[in-house]
Amino acid sequence: MAQNNTAATDAISRLIQELNKLPGIGPKSAQRLAYYLLRAPQEQAERLASAVISLKLEIKLCSCCFNVTDADPCALCRNEQRDRTKVCVVEQPQDILAIEHTGVYKGLYHVLHGALSPTEGVGVNDVRIKELTARLTDGIVKEVILATNTNLEGEQTAMYLNHVLNPLGIRVTRLARGLPFGTELEYADDATLTRALEGRSEL
Amino acid sequence: MSTPREYQTSGIIIRKTKLGEADRILTVYTPELGKFDAVAKGVRRPKSKMAGHLELLTYSQLTLARGRSLDIITGSQTIESFLPLKNDLWLMSYGLYVIELVNQFTAIEVPDEDLFQLALTTLRQLCQSDNRDLLLRYFEIQLLQHSGYRPQLRECVACHQVLQPVNNSFSASNGGILCPSCAARQPFAHSITVNAIKVLRFIQDNSLESVLKLKINPILAREIEGVTRGYLKYLLEREVKSVAWLDDLREQMRVMVNKKVVNAPDTGDAENAATEV
Ligand SMILES: [Zn+2]
Ligand SMILES: [Zn+2]
Repeated sequence: MAQNNTAATDAISRLIQELNKLPGIGPKSAQRLAYYLLRAPQEQAERLASAVISLKLEIKLCSCCFNVTDADPCALCRNEQRDRTKVCVVEQPQDILAIEHTGVYKGLYHVLHGALSPTEGVGVNDVRIKELTARLTDGIVKEVILATNTNLEGEQTAMYLNHVLNPLGIRVTRLARGLPFGTELEYADDATLTRALEGRSEL
Repeated sequence: MSTPREYQTSGIIIRKTKLGEADRILTVYTPELGKFDAVAKGVRRPKSKMAGHLELLTYSQLTLARGRSLDIITGSQTIESFLPLKNDLWLMSYGLYVIELVNQFTAIEVPDEDLFQLALTTLRQLCQSDNRDLLLRYFEIQLLQHSGYRPQLRECVACHQVLQPVNNSFSASNGGILCPSCAARQPFAHSITVNAIKVLRFIQDNSLESVLKLKINPILAREIEGVTRGYLKYLLEREVKSVAWLDDLREQMRVMVNKKVVNAPDTGDAENAATEV
């Protein structure tokens, strides 16, 4: 076994290594954060450590919409004020935050946890599509809003869901795909421009 | 000397993988440089000016800067977007199958103008032709031929006898047809009909234009598909990923059609019937 001294520097390099794995954290930032925590009060480091641990222990997926939650069903599914006839399908839990932030949508959600990607081997059973169709058999849901990403995988997923859900007699809609706010027209690609033209509306 | 050198090329985006928070590594297939990986920065951000021009199944003009390991895409402009492939579930799936095979059968930085043209033509034809089965078979057979795996369809690959118009066998490990007596000694050969051999020969020796004029029945189409698939799987030593997807999709279609056929006569309303299932 190593001496105390090397064990201590080991702890620092271990932390640097782990921090370095986080998105957006390069080796330099990882080092800076590690030495910051080394100098920070004991309780601050403990709060961080326990928050990280409870994230893994306490957060689970809602058995209805598969959003991340600490209570099952999640707060959105429990909320009596939400419109139960609408389900908005998103790829990731973070997408719910973005839509909720607008305050415009009052229905429920369904998180797929990914998008179909045939060439990467992500198929129907690798995302929560069966859970979605199972949820829609109760006859309460009248509209499914497909809010998957507008990239190729998101489009593929939306087209597949439309194909599967249409025969169920449920209205299937797709978020309008057009030019993002703040875009300059000359940089838009054909697919985006075509859809923007198709989805044009009166001012 | 610190400014990186820039160059231009054009190619089809055949693979993409996530890199970090907002970037991607793209595999680009070009006529003059072959296949190579490059980094596209920020393309997963909503305001990226390049994202739409760097999507899979897009033929784009690219500007690249020499990077330390991978080159970096600094500009992109769509040449052909193959829009129909992006608006149809089946066409997109077929398109993805084509680029997955291109990726599997090409080596890094080996230019091949003919193979590039084959890929480009196949994607273009997918957007227009109704004869998708034969288009895909033509692509597969030409791809195999190009990669040095032209299947032997004229004579028995083992004894070199001219094939008789009877049920022969296709052997992936031998790379061609076996006559009935040679097939008896080969456990992994699959029976193949006379008509399937004829169609495969026709695809091998004729232009895409004439192949697309051919009409074959669905049973024969599935048989020929089975032959090329088996051969591709053997050569790649694994299943082609998008094939599994095409199978899922076909199965899904079949189940839905059956539901309608079974339930419609009872209720007279296929939609309501399907809701109960
Ligand atoms: Zn929920
Ligand atoms: Zn023989």
